[in-house]
Amino acid sequence: MAAIYSLYIINKSGGLIYYKDHGTASRMDTNDTLRLASLWHSMHAISQQLSPVSGCFGVELLEADTFDLHCFQSLTGTKFFVVCEPGTQNMEMLLKYVYELYTDYVLKNPFYEMEMPIRCELFDLNVTQGVQKDRVALLGR
Amino acid sequence: MIGVGKIKQYSNVLDKPVSKGKQEVSLSAFAFLFSELVQYNQTQVDNIAELERRLEDAGYAVGARVLELLCHRDKGNRRETRLLGILSFVHSTVWKVLFGKVADSLEKGTEHEDEYMISEKELLVNRFISIPKDMGTFNCGAFVAGIVRGVLDGAGFPAVVTAHFVPVEGLLRPRTTILIKFAEEVLKREARLG
Repeated sequence: MAAIYSLYIINKSGGLIYYKDHGTASRMDTNDTLRLASLWHSMHAISQQLSPVSGCFGVELLEADTFDLHCFQSLTGTKFFVVCEPGTQNMEMLLKYVYELYTDYVLKNPFYEMEMPIRCELFDLNVTQGVQKDRVALLGR
Repeated sequence: MIGVGKIKQYSNVLDKPVSKGKQEVSLSAFAFLFSELVQYNQTQVDNIAELERRLEDAGYAVGARVLELLCHRDKGNRRETRLLGILSFVHSTVWKVLFGKVADSLEKGTEHEDEYMISEKELLVNRFISIPKDMGTFNCGAFVAGIVRGVLDGAGFPAVVTAHFVPVEGLLRPRTTILIKFAEEVLKREARLG
């Protein structure tokens, strides 16, 4: 069974604004998540510069022995990425779905301040539901 | 030129029937506009009660206009004069025009004779809004409460209208209840009419 370990959202300056643990395997403390987020932000920027192809938008998938990291960057520079078990399918779909939830429940919320950490009950609720496995399978139709 | 003459020509604009109007607007556009309304009002106040009052006032203006429009469009310039009539007008006609559906329920308060409640599982204005913990019981439904107050006041049923979150068993999210408390004179008049 493929599993999702964790989900991150980073703002356009590389600050972590949302982090959610879904597995038990890869629990990290707050400092580590912040570090990973800003590290990924820089690596993503460097990869754009290093790419031999012109018009590259940065790394979309990082495959390691023990995990896969899928990344999706929105037009405004907010990055969504998910760390999951190697070979997990339909992660692009999931990230797009999370992006959709972000635009609905975060950006349309009058109490959310742009670029600040996300603390929205409805967003949390919907992301948790979205990440549940049957939901992922459903998205992959 | 097929069909010429089939369309009735009105020489006077006042003779034209009132059009039904466009029935739908984009939910996203509305959500962003409403979000800005709340954010703007937030910059103008220093406590939550004041914010609630301002939202209610914004709604009041909508309610007063909606009453006028709907009485003209749907009721041939007549309006409800009885308590239950106006309540069901708000619950169905007004709700349908504003939110595209009839309100989930309309109930009479159990403790007080002068209280009525309109409940919605998910109020349209609250669809995308999460209230931060430090704001306590604040509910953006205050805007809708204002609309209801505007309609009732315009129709001659002065009332105090408030919006509350009410937790429901078996549901993750609380529902929103619009509590209507009519003024004394309304009930006296109602009793007189029998």
